[in-house]
Amino acid sequence: MENGNFAPVMVLVALAVAILYLHLNNGRAQTRIYLTAILVAAAVFLLVPSFTPELPSWWTTYLPVPRIQYGLDLQGGTHLLLDVKLDDAVKNAVSRRADDLKRELKDSKITGARVSTTGDTIQVELANPSDRSALEDIVSRDFTDMKLGSTPSATGGTIYTLNYTPRDLAQLRSNAMDQALETIRNRIDQLGVRETTVEREGESEILVQLPGIQDPERAKELIGKTAVLEFKIVDDSHSVEDALKNGPPPGDEILYGPPERGGREPYLVESQTLMTGDVVTDARVRPGSRLEGPYVSVDLDQRGARIFDTLTAENVGRRLAIILDNTVYSAPVIKERIPGGKVSITGRFSIDEAHDLAIVLRSGALPAPVEIAEERTVGPSLGRDSIRQGELSFAVGAAAVLIFMAVYYSGAGLVADFGLTLNILLLICVMAAMQATLTLPGIAGIVLTLGMSVDANVLINERMREELRNGKAPREAVRIGYERAWSAIHDSNISTFVAGLILFQFGTGPVKGFAVTLCVGVLTGLFSCVVVTRIWYDYLISTRRLTRISV
Amino acid sequence: MSLQLIPPDVNIDFVGRRKFFVMLSTAINIAAILLLIFKGLNYGVDFAGGTLVQLRVNHQTTSNDLRHALGPLDLGEITIQDFGQKNQYLLRFEKLSSLKGFTPRLNGALEKYYGQGNVEVLRVESVGAKVGRDLRRDAIGAVIVATIFMGCFIAWQFRNVSWSFGAGAVIALVHDILVVVGALVISQLQFDLTTLAALLTVIGYSVHDTIIVSDRIREDALKRRRESLPQIMNRAINETLSRTILTSGVAIFVLIALLALGGPILRPSAFTLLIGFITGTYSSIYIAGPVVLFWERRVKIKALPRAA
Repeated sequence: MENGNFAPVMVLVALAVAILYLHLNNGRAQTRIYLTAILVAAAVFLLVPSFTPELPSWWTTYLPVPRIQYGLDLQGGTHLLLDVKLDDAVKNAVSRRADDLKRELKDSKITGARVSTTGDTIQVELANPSDRSALEDIVSRDFTDMKLGSTPSATGGTIYTLNYTPRDLAQLRSNAMDQALETIRNRIDQLGVRETTVEREGESEILVQLPGIQDPERAKELIGKTAVLEFKIVDDSHSVEDALKNGPPPGDEILYGPPERGGREPYLVESQTLMTGDVVTDARVRPGSRLEGPYVSVDLDQRGARIFDTLTAENVGRRLAIILDNTVYSAPVIKERIPGGKVSITGRFSIDEAHDLAIVLRSGALPAPVEIAEERTVGPSLGRDSIRQGELSFAVGAAAVLIFMAVYYSGAGLVADFGLTLNILLLICVMAAMQATLTLPGIAGIVLTLGMSVDANVLINERMREELRNGKAPREAVRIGYERAWSAIHDSNISTFVAGLILFQFGTGPVKGFAVTLCVGVLTGLFSCVVVTRIWYDYLISTRRLTRISV
Repeated sequence: MSLQLIPPDVNIDFVGRRKFFVMLSTAINIAAILLLIFKGLNYGVDFAGGTLVQLRVNHQTTSNDLRHALGPLDLGEITIQDFGQKNQYLLRFEKLSSLKGFTPRLNGALEKYYGQGNVEVLRVESVGAKVGRDLRRDAIGAVIVATIFMGCFIAWQFRNVSWSFGAGAVIALVHDILVVVGALVISQLQFDLTTLAALLTVIGYSVHDTIIVSDRIREDALKRRRESLPQIMNRAINETLSRTILTSGVAIFVLIALLALGGPILRPSAFTLLIGFITGTYSSIYIAGPVVLFWERRVKIKALPRAA
């Protein structure tokens, strides 16, 4: 309903309410039948866009164009359910705070303190018990979001622990979730696919729907990148081979380049991160030399420019590793100090790779890794097959019912057929105007409510037959038939409607799709097959054309 | 007067034979529960987790060829099913370690074997085991809550005759679900999202049908206060018989057509609906009614003297 498609629904609802009002207050049968005709016309008119691919331009400018939205199971596309690893987000946050603490301790000249993290806790072991008050000072000054506690250690000393309060922890998780959602939405938006859905589902999951997408693999690649950009200095004073054999020297770590034909190239880098991707303001693909391929030019904000300026000034002659998600993309030698905050990342990318890299750098890092928990990709040809098969079965079923009613009940059957046809029309109209998505389970809901509305007419007609058999006049037979059948129709439809509301509230995905069409179908069914068919009889009676009833 | 399937003065003794049918239903239900426990539903990837691939090969092939083609991918145990139309096949295997890059690898392996452009991957569905479990849990939860609400609503609407109509409708519904589930276990048709949608439809129909029959019992009971409840019930069932046969007859006819013509996509749901509509119609007469009679005769009458 976001697209301002309320208007057509309102027109339909207004007409329906007017008809219902007149009906309940025994308004003139002629008026009611005219209003019904207008309603039918409006419904047909609203449905034109759904069945014509090309509309004249004046139509799209001046008139609402609600179309039926097909679900991915019907139109083809990719549906992804992403699991955001929130525990990792907490772990990352805790380890960042642990790094802060280490720095603070160093600044306060506290030596020999051991800082480590386990899960969501920072542990501090002080070499010198007298440093305790200094630690408390630091915590009360800079770590107000964490709680300080202590436990005796195995060696008889004291381990100080820093924990987030449960409230802050919950806040942290919810922030991480929001950020992940925002980041993924940004990335998806830049794919240029129409009518995508990115929404939160449950506590830690994100639902992504990409209708009609051609290359789902690329989307998955793009979404899944954590995109943590880091700059570190390559340690050329030790040999990589030694480090690979005997483990890296203290303060260093081994990272690898992107997978290539000759395996992944190892790099020995200093563990300290000098700059991260949060200072990136923009990233663009630039055409590069034939040998190097395109590269990504990155703009940094003021703070980033300053950091980059200092770090290049301090490390002239050394190599700077540009690391994305723990993969070293390039490690150029710093030839001179670089002011101005422009960095380029080369790495023998293809155009698409460079493009996607620019997108993830622009949209920022994910606060936590994201795992694809569910994927459904339906090719467009299969979607078309499903629609065709669905339409065919629907047409055959509906035709069988229409013909049967007409043959079995003759005149009354035709009235019922009119009600059923109007019901189908209105249902599709409301679905289109509400921008509700039609899925296979949704079709099941439609079929059930259509069945129920036909059954309502069977009930009414059987009752009319009974009354006619008992010698009642046609007029009386109609009145009693509707009156007596109403209690059953009413109870059954209300209980179905209530069930639909509950399924919508508590169900997920497919169950929800079923519930929506169920609720809409009950309403349109009651209106078309009980109210409107009655209007027909009232009209026939009022014009005295109903002297004999054929049922 | 036009066509008439059931003569208006039909009078079949439904209620008198209820003991036999209640016993039969109980036996079928127990069998269904046992089947469900010891054999289990053939869950599709939607609920069991795993990966499903639907593909089309441009020329005749066999499942052995497909297994050969997919050998290099090391997918573990693969179930291959002929989809029954246009050289389409369904492959199913356990969840992959990583979904990233799977489609290109799959395409590569298939094209290497069958030649470029001869294979089309129509559908890939991969669901984590946890997601499948969650979906199952949520669906069952939603249905239970909806059933409780419907039961309460029906009990309230029929309170003038007996409070037990709600219980009757709910027990009839549980009976129908068990029969359908039992049939699904025996047929080993796949239970996936489409089958779930069909099962929800059966639930809706079962309750609807029970209400229609109960409504006539309510009407007659309030009109003919001197008759006994079994008499009233039998009359009501006979009076609605024409409608029952018509509605469920047409529905069942359409479903048989669907089952025969609908192709493999619709087969599990058409089957579920067919069984469900048959048992849904039956249970309105032979389960819901007897529950009300049982309540009114045993529970209430026994309780009354004690209260007096």
